[in-house]
Amino acid sequence: MTLAPETTEVKVRLRLDEGWLTVCDLSTLTPGRGVAALLPDGRQVALFRDRGGNLYGIDNRDPFTGAAVLSRGLTGTHHGRPFVASPLLKQRFDLTSGHCLDDDSVRVACYEVKAA
Amino acid sequence: MTATPGATPTIVLVGHGMVGQRFLEALAERGLTATHRVVVLCEEPRPAYDRVRLTSYFSGTTPEELSLTDEEFIAAHGIELRIGDPAESVDREARTVTARSGLTVGYDVLVLATGSYPFVPPVPGKDAEGCFVYRTVEDLLAIEEYARRRAATGVVVGGGLLGLEAAGALKGLGLAAHIVEFAPRLMPVQVDDGGGAALLRTIEEMGLTVHTGTGTQEITAGEDGAVTGVRLSDGSELATDMVVFSAGVRPRDQLARDCGLAVGERGGVAVDAQCRTVTDPRVFAIGECAQAVDGRVYGLVAPGYEQAETAAATIAADEAEFTGADLSTKLKLLGVDVASFGDAHGTAEGSLDVVYSDSRAGLYKKLVIGRDGTLLGGILVGDAEAYGTLRALTGSVPPVAPESLVLPAGAGAAPRLGPSALPDEAVVCSCHNVTKGAIRGAVTEHRCTTVPEVKKCTKAGTGCGSCVKVLGQLVTAELEASGVEADKGLCGCFARTREELYEIVLALRITSYQDLLDRYGREGARGGDGCETCKPAIASVIASLAPAIGADGYVLGGEQAALQDTNDHFLANLQKNGSYSVVPRVPGGEIAPEKLIVIGEIARDFGLYTKITGGQRIDMFGARVEQLPSIWARLVDAGFESGHAYGKSLRTVKSCVGSTWCRYGVQDSVRMAIDLELRYRGLRSPHKLKSAVSGCARECAEARSKDFGVIATAGGWNLYVGGNGGATPRHADLLAQDLSDAELVRLIDRFLMFYIRTADRLERTSVWLERVPGGLDHVRDVVVHDSLGICAELESLMAAHVAGYRDEWAETVNDPEKLARFVSFVNAPDTPDPVVGFVPERDQIKPDLPLLSIGTRPADDVMEGSAQR
Repeated sequence: MTLAPETTEVKVRLRLDEGWLTVCDLSTLTPGRGVAALLPDGRQVALFRDRGGNLYGIDNRDPFTGAAVLSRGLTGTHHGRPFVASPLLKQRFDLTSGHCLDDDSVRVACYEVKAA
Repeated sequence: MTATPGATPTIVLVGHGMVGQRFLEALAERGLTATHRVVVLCEEPRPAYDRVRLTSYFSGTTPEELSLTDEEFIAAHGIELRIGDPAESVDREARTVTARSGLTVGYDVLVLATGSYPFVPPVPGKDAEGCFVYRTVEDLLAIEEYARRRAATGVVVGGGLLGLEAAGALKGLGLAAHIVEFAPRLMPVQVDDGGGAALLRTIEEMGLTVHTGTGTQEITAGEDGAVTGVRLSDGSELATDMVVFSAGVRPRDQLARDCGLAVGERGGVAVDAQCRTVTDPRVFAIGECAQAVDGRVYGLVAPGYEQAETAAATIAADEAEFTGADLSTKLKLLGVDVASFGDAHGTAEGSLDVVYSDSRAGLYKKLVIGRDGTLLGGILVGDAEAYGTLRALTGSVPPVAPESLVLPAGAGAAPRLGPSALPDEAVVCSCHNVTKGAIRGAVTEHRCTTVPEVKKCTKAGTGCGSCVKVLGQLVTAELEASGVEADKGLCGCFARTREELYEIVLALRITSYQDLLDRYGREGARGGDGCETCKPAIASVIASLAPAIGADGYVLGGEQAALQDTNDHFLANLQKNGSYSVVPRVPGGEIAPEKLIVIGEIARDFGLYTKITGGQRIDMFGARVEQLPSIWARLVDAGFESGHAYGKSLRTVKSCVGSTWCRYGVQDSVRMAIDLELRYRGLRSPHKLKSAVSGCARECAEARSKDFGVIATAGGWNLYVGGNGGATPRHADLLAQDLSDAELVRLIDRFLMFYIRTADRLERTSVWLERVPGGLDHVRDVVVHDSLGICAELESLMAAHVAGYRDEWAETVNDPEKLARFVSFVNAPDTPDPVVGFVPERDQIKPDLPLLSIGTRPADDVMEGSAQR
């Protein structure tokens, strides 16, 4: 993996209880695609960037199957709101709230993400 | 104990079979359950179930799934359903029914729906242990238990519909099965001698032994009282461990006889056109226990349903009558289509037969035509595809020559007659007697826009289901005709179809999804991020056309990377626990030992689970994302290429060993399969493409179940298209015969490109072929006769694909930047995903599912009611 000098590269940061965690370079995020990040406590976060440059973070684990795969889903826009569709059984999750668009009773955790 | 009839009038139904249940529904529909007390006496230990599909129990349908009874329905309508409590006597003077439990119920109206009982010929030994009948779920449970415990051979007495089903069931239970039929042919009621002969060959090929023209004389038993054999009327003897009697049914009218109701000469409670018994106006009889006003006892469910409706309507003081019914039947017997309709045996004076018979293919089709050209009836064995249309046309003069209705495709058959040719009064669903007019009305008047809505509205298609296909075509045609614009757009982002978008991409050389969305997307979707439906579909269109429009041929190049489904994104198949499987291409299924060893070594070194696929290659499961590059580096090194098992693209071209080794082979099928697989590898298409090449007519490669299948002939190759396995199997249709190698390849080039150009997303060739207007004939016109003048373009598009092919995996493993995405975690590239775990099974691994269900999130973060287990 090629790493650019840290001083010039904009970083993606994730808000945790303890403070902001630096995850990766902003340039590693392809618009429309996700990546997964491992948190110090073992949790996994799926990070996304849309074509407008906005960043989103939700729990990486697909609550319908238990597999940690949400970062590998396809993103899209539904009634103006960003979502990701699980690559396994295709349920969609709102990237800003974590709510499942196909099952009201299901929600995944959300994280605040910024580029700095 | 006596229940006192109160102020509410009481309807007592004796019998809760299919017709009884339908009668209850008809009562409820007419509001009679609200105004009447309804008591049902049911003998069997379970409420009404689908007896027509009884045999499906042996293919895995549970008795619960067969149930037709919705407990909510029974409760909501206050119906008193007494399971396992049959009626024992009726006192017509006192107007009471007494059940076995001792309950006596007074009635205002009594409805008998007692059905029928299996006829057991009065042969000596018929009650020996190991003799069964085939009528109820309980019968099947007993047969299954006995067969598993102590039988290796079974004899079925009776070669009618149920007899064949029973024999098939015995065979499915692992028994050697014999069928003994007294008549000179199988299914004597439904088919004639020709049809019986076609059926016989097919049934015998399945490994069942058939004895026709033979009676059963005696059942012999051993000292323990269990069956040991059957003595036949020709003097021979069959050794057997069990006997299943399936020699027809008789109306169950004893209860009626005992209380003095008139019965027909051959049984059946005599009723009038309102299904009221001729003896007592307060008593009705419906279904198989009734002798209808035309003197017949109907043993099919559709007339029974009609009688149930008639009786309910009469009780509600509506006008209705049942004067007789059509005996048309279409069955799938042991996988063989058998259908008969109208005057199947040509009994009308002056009627003439049109017969097509192909003993080799087990086909027999006969139409009975009147002097004036009217279609009177017919018999179809082996292929009953045309049944829905033909039955509905019965009684009218078909719009095309009758022979063209039975000839197979490619042998001069006229364009297949679609349901649009049917008159409004044609009955489309004979189970529920729904006409084409009623279905059209559901769309135009009741504003149904989908098949499920129409089914709910008209009940059409909810019986045997054989008309659902015709139903779908009618609904679509009617929607189009009435101008109800069905939104055919690709998804919420595009109002255009895939075909239209393909043309736009090709004509304007659009190589960017965002560009296409912003210019041709729906108003609200422009400038957005699209959705998971259109992204891969457009990516596929761009990939199919890449060389022609100047797009990057690498499916993960530039923007395309963001459009691909996860499988295409990681060039591997995502499995349930988040791991991937890997399938290298093995063209034609031919592989040298050295390469087999490489696959074995890689699977061993990475601890992968290996399985042989249906497409003649090897799948390796359980690879983590970060292992994929190292696995493929070794595969590419050994000369393997991507097998595209992850893509909507060509999968494999299966082959049999062909003329090189096989003593029957007439062409080198392996070479042709390899040539085809290498030619079309990497071709992105609306759905996956499968193919096969067989070296002779024995068809060991199963080419006719493929999207394009090739079968060798002495003179070259026959090309079949539109085949499919899976949930809706379809045999491929013959597109052209006796082609040279070059002709074959050119025709496949055109066919595939025409499909890619015009199909919807995720539409297999089988569905596409049936959907495109004109069907197979249109496709043949376009790709064989070049009726649209596009063949040169189709060929050049394919030539561009072939010239531009590059192996995706070789390209990926040689590019460090592309490899960077193959990590589980962007911030910990060397850490594997801890959720992916495995446990041993049968000397290999399997996903560790229990581990998956252990949550790792802190409790306050876990949302209420989530599906996390």
